[in-house]
Amino acid sequence: MPQVTYTDSEGQTRTVSANVGDSVMETAVRNGIPGIVAECGGSLSCATCHVVVDEADFAALPPMDPMEDEMLYGTAEDRTDTSRLCCQISVTDDMDLRVTTPATQV
Amino acid sequence: MSAAGLLIIGSSQAGVQLAVSLRALGYPDPITLLGDENHRPYQRPALSKEFLQDVISKESMIFRTQEYWDDHDIRVVKNERIVRFDTRPDGSGVAYARSGETFEFDRLALAVGARARKLQVPGADLPGVLYLRNADDALELKARVPAVENVVVIGGGFIGIEAAASLTKLGKNVTLLEAGPRLIGRAVGPETSDFLLKHHLEAGIDVRLDAELTRIVGTGDQITGVEVGNEVIPADLVLVGIGVLPNTELAEHLGLDCDNGIRVDGHALCSDGVTVAVGDCANLPNPVPGSPAGDRVRFESVNNAIEQAKVAAYAITGDPEEYAGIPWFWSNQGALKLQIAGLSTGYDQTVVRAHEPTKWSVLYYRDGRIIAADAVNAPLDFMAVKGALAKGQNIPADAAADTTTMLKTLTTDI
Repeated sequence: MPQVTYTDSEGQTRTVSANVGDSVMETAVRNGIPGIVAECGGSLSCATCHVVVDEADFAALPPMDPMEDEMLYGTAEDRTDTSRLCCQISVTDDMDLRVTTPATQV
Repeated sequence: MSAAGLLIIGSSQAGVQLAVSLRALGYPDPITLLGDENHRPYQRPALSKEFLQDVISKESMIFRTQEYWDDHDIRVVKNERIVRFDTRPDGSGVAYARSGETFEFDRLALAVGARARKLQVPGADLPGVLYLRNADDALELKARVPAVENVVVIGGGFIGIEAAASLTKLGKNVTLLEAGPRLIGRAVGPETSDFLLKHHLEAGIDVRLDAELTRIVGTGDQITGVEVGNEVIPADLVLVGIGVLPNTELAEHLGLDCDNGIRVDGHALCSDGVTVAVGDCANLPNPVPGSPAGDRVRFESVNNAIEQAKVAAYAITGDPEEYAGIPWFWSNQGALKLQIAGLSTGYDQTVVRAHEPTKWSVLYYRDGRIIAADAVNAPLDFMAVKGALAKGQNIPADAAADTTTMLKTLTTDI
């Protein structure tokens, strides 16, 4: 089963199993991962599901669309080179994704 | 630890957030999260958009896994409608459900939401006149859509436009009737209304403003059209989105002050000082910093449901924090993503940023200070204004129209 590992800003790590087709945001929210707010429920409107993807995993993800790129300029904590809005990352077969959540989303 | 704990009536966005926030704050007492729909707690926004369009499944609208509720000791009850209470002076009591079930509580939270305003014209009770407020409404609409060719949507607000755009995308002939002179007149300025109108007409929605609807025409139990003035517009299905009414009956039964919603203070506390009310049902002091004293608002938004529920959680756990924040809203309308930051009420100046034909925003000012923005497919503008408002900064109007400059770089301290 695919899995996603969320590390919070204080270094605490939580790994959860994920369903193929769900977003990395949905996986986090349904399992109560702190650090992901996701006010808009995944409709790319709020930029409160910001994550920094592990550098080793980043290149394997499908590229982001321009709207996500724009939204990332408005995140509460400034974006990095491997920042994504995790509502836009779909869980795939055999995914073993590692992401870090910022100290604040709002 | 008390035996009965907190009873939250309403398991939508605000009720869910209240339960989640209370546990995050370490609230030790039992929590019962009770809803009157026969569904697990779910998110509503997609009902008129991605869910209606079959882009997402019901499963992806579910708020939390059962494991989450179990792990956090939150008892989720569905399909129970509370009809009356016995209460004691300390705010505790018993809630009676229509089914005969009873729910004891030490403290009560009302997250009872709002219901769709009903259409009041002849024919409005024909089958095929639908509303779109909850999952059952959406499921009925989705079930009927395949057999339908002509749809008339009544109401040019958020829900009406979103649904009209979704149904157009599904290949239906859609007419949108708005009784007023412009679209979303309650929430956006005339420039945004005009921009949206132009786009939706181009996208194939037959939008009629100032439409005087007189009746729904049908034979037997089948709708055939909608009568507007002297014309009958063909319709197999009518979708009504003419606003909502806050559900205040339970609060009134409890003797709580109500006026366009359940009146609460800045801590989400009702007039008894104990019960909390959160979300669409609550009438609250305007949370925008600097708003006139005594100004009250009632929001129908996810942002408010979440933020006000957090404030209520602080009040319940004894670490009160007054509700203050910048309201924001979004609405996906076909190819348009509308994002609104702040409240534009009382503006005296606007500045339009016209990036591209479908990328556009308008900034609202009062006394030279930015108070709000409507952004269409322009998230950078939205985020810049939202950020500036949250920090109490300004984006001076004189330079704001230049689309080659990012708004974020123009922010100034006041």
